Amino acid sequence: MGKQKIHIKINGSDMEADVEPRLLLVHCIRDVFGLTGTHIGCDTTHCGACTVHLDGKPIKSCTLFAVQADGCEVTTIEGLEQDGKLHPVQEGFWQEHGLQCGFCTPGMMMTSVALLREKPNPSEDEIRFAISGNLCRCTGYMNIVKSIQYAAQKLRQGA
Amino acid sequence: MIPPSFEYHVPDSVSDAIGMLKRYGSEAKLLSGGMSLIPLMKLRLAEPAHVIDINRISGLDHIKEEDGFLRIGALVREADLEKSSLIRRKYLLLLDTTLVIADPLVRNRATVGGNLAHGDPANDHPATMLALEAEFAVVGPQGERKIPVTSFFTDLFTTALSSDEILTEIRIPIPPSGSGGAYFKLERKVGDFATAAVAVQLTVAKDDLCERVGIGLTNVGLTPVKAQKAEEALRGKKIDGESIKRAAQLAAQESEPTADLRGSEEYKRDLVRVLTVRALNRALERSRGGK
Repeated sequence: MGKQKIHIKINGSDMEADVEPRLLLVHCIRDVFGLTGTHIGCDTTHCGACTVHLDGKPIKSCTLFAVQADGCEVTTIEGLEQDGKLHPVQEGFWQEHGLQCGFCTPGMMMTSVALLREKPNPSEDEIRFAISGNLCRCTGYMNIVKSIQYAAQKLRQGA
Repeated sequence: MIPPSFEYHVPDSVSDAIGMLKRYGSEAKLLSGGMSLIPLMKLRLAEPAHVIDINRISGLDHIKEEDGFLRIGALVREADLEKSSLIRRKYLLLLDTTLVIADPLVRNRATVGGNLAHGDPANDHPATMLALEAEFAVVGPQGERKIPVTSFFTDLFTTALSSDEILTEIRIPIPPSGSGGAYFKLERKVGDFATAAVAVQLTVAKDDLCERVGIGLTNVGLTPVKAQKAEEALRGKKIDGESIKRAAQLAAQESEPTADLRGSEEYKRDLVRVLTVRALNRALERSRGGK
């Protein structure tokens, strides 16, 4: 069972790797591409710490083979900051104390970015619904919701 | 967790995929959304030597009404079902169901076809399809055949699909006016399987007379359960508090739950009763145009 060449555009850069088909996308991102911002939490499709965007949609990268992403675009937490400027979602988590231990944060942020792209002005219920596949073991949800509201407002103001 | 090694295949057509299934037989598994298969492989509960990734086959992601049926391509993602204006307007039972499957991130990958073909009685679409009297288009080396939902789920994790067949489309008869449906699920937390869940689809004539009714039960048996006695108790009768109560009792009797971490048999049976009442009431409201 040989290796297979894959091409993934990750955070705007074309990357290529020889991988075993059984390699999970999250391991490819962390161990092959060296982008360790994406976390492995439960490793069982529950917690969402490994959330990345696959062709713009947030997915759990512990439950996708890297070969499935061949030819696709992947965005990770490292891809949010642009030209040294934090993404409004990152700024929101900073301003509103949206993290305690920080483990769920990359996944929370990736889900939040996708939410705000679809719904620029989400209600609190819509925010809570959208992040229902991302678990914060510190239970810091109040501030996570506030962080996303901060980012929503900032994005609407054209930040 | 690292899944076992396998050979990865990417067919670009249904016939190509069927050729691979024929070649590799029981050594092969189809990979659709992968939201059940990949976790099973990571736990080494599934160790297919060949994984056939059907995600790049085109023409299996439609949601449309045609020839009297709502046609859902097997590769339609749950998130697409949720966003479809047709589903949101007219198929509230399907909308209810998709919204309680796993979580939003999983629903970006999970497919309707995979949810059914996996044959897991804890999955949500099987009960919904029983209530909607769906039929499944299945393609194999000899061409297409249709399998009615009532003969699709044959045993635990077992369906009527042969090892060289692929589920390609779900066909649901377009409900006439005066129809409504609802899905009620109790789960311990987002992403959990149902402790129990009930799918109801009704067509109601004048004076609340029940013209057509389908009731499916989730995770209370080795296969999804069609609550036939409960349906019979309603068919042709006036739908009111009394007949709903009677039907719910029958549905509870027809369920065959086993005790586990989610509750005792007795508890789950009673849950089926309560959820059936709620689902019938909501379906009735919706048959009159309610939300």
